[in-house]
Amino acid sequence: MTTQAWTLARALRLAFLSAGALIFLAPYVWMLSTAMKPREEIFSSSLTLIPERWAAVENFSKAFTRVPMLQLLMNGVIVCAVILVVQVLVALPCAYALAKLRFPGARLMIAGIMLGLLVPIHATALPIYVALSGAGVLNTYFALAAPFMISVFAIFLFLQFFRAMPDDLINAARLDGMSELAIVLRVIVPNAWPAITAFSIFSVVAHWNDLFWPQIVVTETAMAPPPLGLIFFRAAEAGDDYGALMAATVVVTVPLLAAFLLAQRRFIEGITLTGLKG
Amino acid sequence: MSGLALRGISKAYGDNHILRDVTIEAKPGEFVALVGPSGCGKTTLLRIAAGLDHPDRGGVWLGERDMTAMRPSERDIAMVFQSYALYPHLTAGQNIAVPLAMRDLTVWQRLPWIGSLLPGQRVIRADIQRRVFETARSLKIDQLLDRKPAQMSGGQRQRVALGRALVRSPAAFLMDEPLSNLDANLRVHTRSEIVELHRRAGVTTLYVTHDQAEALSMADRVAVMMGGRLLQFDTPEAIYGNPAHVEVARFIGSPQINLLAGEVDAAHGIRIGGRLFVEGVGATPGTRVTIGFRPEAIKLGGPGQAGLGASVQRIEFLGSETLVFLEFARGEASLVAKLAPAEATFFRPGQAVTIAVASGEVLVFGADGSRLSVSPAMRMAANG
Amino acid sequence: MDSIALPAGNPARASEAGAVARRSEALAGWRLAGPALALLALLILLPTIGVVALSLTDFELGYDNIHFVGLDNYLELLEDRTFLISLGNTLTYTVIVTPLSVLLGLGAALLIETEVRGRALFRTIYFLPVVSLLVAMATVWQYLLHPTIGPVNALLRLIGIDGPNWLGGSDTVLISLALIGVWQAVGFNMVLFLAGLTAIPRELYAAAEIDRATTAWDRFWLVTWPMLGPTTLFVVTISVINAVKVFETVSTVTQGGPNRASEVLLWTIYQEGFVYLRVGYASAMTVVFLAILMILMVLQYRALDRRVHYT
Repeated sequence: MTTQAWTLARALRLAFLSAGALIFLAPYVWMLSTAMKPREEIFSSSLTLIPERWAAVENFSKAFTRVPMLQLLMNGVIVCAVILVVQVLVALPCAYALAKLRFPGARLMIAGIMLGLLVPIHATALPIYVALSGAGVLNTYFALAAPFMISVFAIFLFLQFFRAMPDDLINAARLDGMSELAIVLRVIVPNAWPAITAFSIFSVVAHWNDLFWPQIVVTETAMAPPPLGLIFFRAAEAGDDYGALMAATVVVTVPLLAAFLLAQRRFIEGITLTGLKG
Repeated sequence: MSGLALRGISKAYGDNHILRDVTIEAKPGEFVALVGPSGCGKTTLLRIAAGLDHPDRGGVWLGERDMTAMRPSERDIAMVFQSYALYPHLTAGQNIAVPLAMRDLTVWQRLPWIGSLLPGQRVIRADIQRRVFETARSLKIDQLLDRKPAQMSGGQRQRVALGRALVRSPAAFLMDEPLSNLDANLRVHTRSEIVELHRRAGVTTLYVTHDQAEALSMADRVAVMMGGRLLQFDTPEAIYGNPAHVEVARFIGSPQINLLAGEVDAAHGIRIGGRLFVEGVGATPGTRVTIGFRPEAIKLGGPGQAGLGASVQRIEFLGSETLVFLEFARGEASLVAKLAPAEATFFRPGQAVTIAVASGEVLVFGADGSRLSVSPAMRMAANG
Repeated sequence: MDSIALPAGNPARASEAGAVARRSEALAGWRLAGPALALLALLILLPTIGVVALSLTDFELGYDNIHFVGLDNYLELLEDRTFLISLGNTLTYTVIVTPLSVLLGLGAALLIETEVRGRALFRTIYFLPVVSLLVAMATVWQYLLHPTIGPVNALLRLIGIDGPNWLGGSDTVLISLALIGVWQAVGFNMVLFLAGLTAIPRELYAAAEIDRATTAWDRFWLVTWPMLGPTTLFVVTISVINAVKVFETVSTVTQGGPNRASEVLLWTIYQEGFVYLRVGYASAMTVVFLAILMILMVLQYRALDRRVHYT
């Protein structure tokens, strides 16, 4: 059926969904509205969304000047990119070897990876922090990216994906004279794009939003990724200039939200796939 | 007992016409097979009979009862699905009990956990158990009742699905390719079991299949569908021997019927390879036609005998019969003949032969595919 | 045509060739998996062993002497009021967030699944929090829930209710944080349930219709709920684990306060280990945290084996 009849059940359903949608959207609406309002209007605690006096320029210029906002965004992009590239480069060949090659220790390694899936960054943070601190590399991009250079989850996801690929495809490539590395680059990678895309979305969303690790290894504003930057910004503002604060939240939230709205289907598929396999 | 009638059914999704004015009336107790290639609309028709889909026009009748607006649950019909659609979390016995539990127990009594505490349900449940067991015994699956679908073979699952349909003694049975997921041996065996089951229960049955052999061997009457239209609805013998449409002739029978293009000449005859092949065709001279004859209608003779000249291309020995593939008119057309193996020993690939077909065995179809009459009277006139 | 004869060959040479091929395959395997293996050992295996080892010491960053203290740290944990409060708060938070976010996620998925129009729009809206910077959204919620200038209390005042100091009162802070957690998690659970729903064969619903399961209620209990079993178990597990890992909102908004009312496990570990630099003691807390996660995983696998897989 292409059109649904207007039944009472449907009306109720739409009412529920719409009410829920309003609650879910409310923070975004107030965030935008407050970012446009001057201080005195915010403190009048009225429920009007449209400001009487527009203060967007003032609020956003504060957001960009009190902390090096562009630098923060840049830090986020660089760290996420480094993490993603290394994770994929390390995981792809490994997953291929574990899925399609026979070598001693492979089963043990798979067991290690399954165990690794259970260990979050929160558990390994202390020893890694001690080591990084000992090496004197805190407050660097390296320190931000180091613990995430390997993603057992990526290996696990790709492993499952490669196991489903027919062995004959790889045998044919071998008969055509390709080396194992060439097989990874020319046969596996082109066929693995759906898995790579899904993992990329998962990885970027996770690391763009991460606060725990940056808060541990970074104390300088210049090296902070967006979430930590926002914390620094709040500290600098004493937390009650809500107009500027909301402007800053808009700035750090928009990049990922925009990407999501542009490629919704891919995002939801990616997160569902990585969610269900994990 | 009541018959099942689908009258004037049309169904379209946008511009995609799935069914065009299809009427099929199954008499009380009759076994009707709906056959056709995939996408011909037969499954949609079955789902409309079940109430799972709704027709744009037309109606569904069970005996005197107009069911068109009824929900599936109110129709008193049972259905066996292609995938069996067994509930994977329930045992075979629980699966078979579902339609009875839904009918006999109240909403409250069916509630998980709480339901089994309510008064009155114990007697009903015992009765359901008894009927499930009887049905299972008649299908010889009483020892499987505690297994879940995943622990059963395809054939066993198929029986459980049949059991779920049988247990409530419905007024009509609908089956959607119930044998297509079984292996070849089991399929032939189950075929006869279903026919036997139908004979015993005597319930009006609508059976969808894409396998023409299944349709011919099982059904009292066969409905051949193509492109959403009903082309012919008749007994298996008539469908095979007296097809109403060139597509019916092409679809029914294996190996396929031989078809040749021709034109009606001034004397109402059709010439193939310069020889008069059929006479007395009921069509105006100049009509483009297709003539068809079954592989077993061909008589092969040595060179020099009366008939069309052809050459043997390839011979396939199939055990009980032998197929001889023939090339005709310098490769422009190919034919296949079905011979008894003993007859076929005279022929070799590459050999020149002659083909003769008894005139009574030749079917003539017009340009639109419909059957044209070949009258004996006209034939005599042509001879004179 | 001549028949093709395969040379019988030398069996010894053949098996030798096989060994060479196996060796080269093993070599290729090691080369491709090598970097991952090294990083796995360096970044996951060693640190995990390290954290267990450190938990048996009195190591403090900045002090050079380190002593083996056995289980002293764990014994101290048993009497550490902050840690016990923290465990209790984490439990309370998890108990609020998990059922709410799972049920609301399931409800949203069921409603969206049956609604033809607006399906994509609703899905997008409910999913927004999943891809939003949680630190930023927590800041927004802090403003929304502000006792005097916040819109939530302004709204409550309209209907004559004097709203509480949501994130500032020790009675309400955990509930407020939990509600933010629910808001953030529902969309994720919803898309997982939606994926689970699409995987249910349509024929089962058709069979249920024929079997007289007339109402949506009947069809839900006969088909949807049992078929969603594996999805539900997974969603519950991941919700529990994510709730146990709550950190961002606490770190952004309440910092464990007021009066330790929002002290949660990861926040306590963070404070001990990275602010006070008592690495040994924080390591013991981390081991407890890891043990909780492991137990949850084991429970999930056992339930998965027993109940919800029908194959």
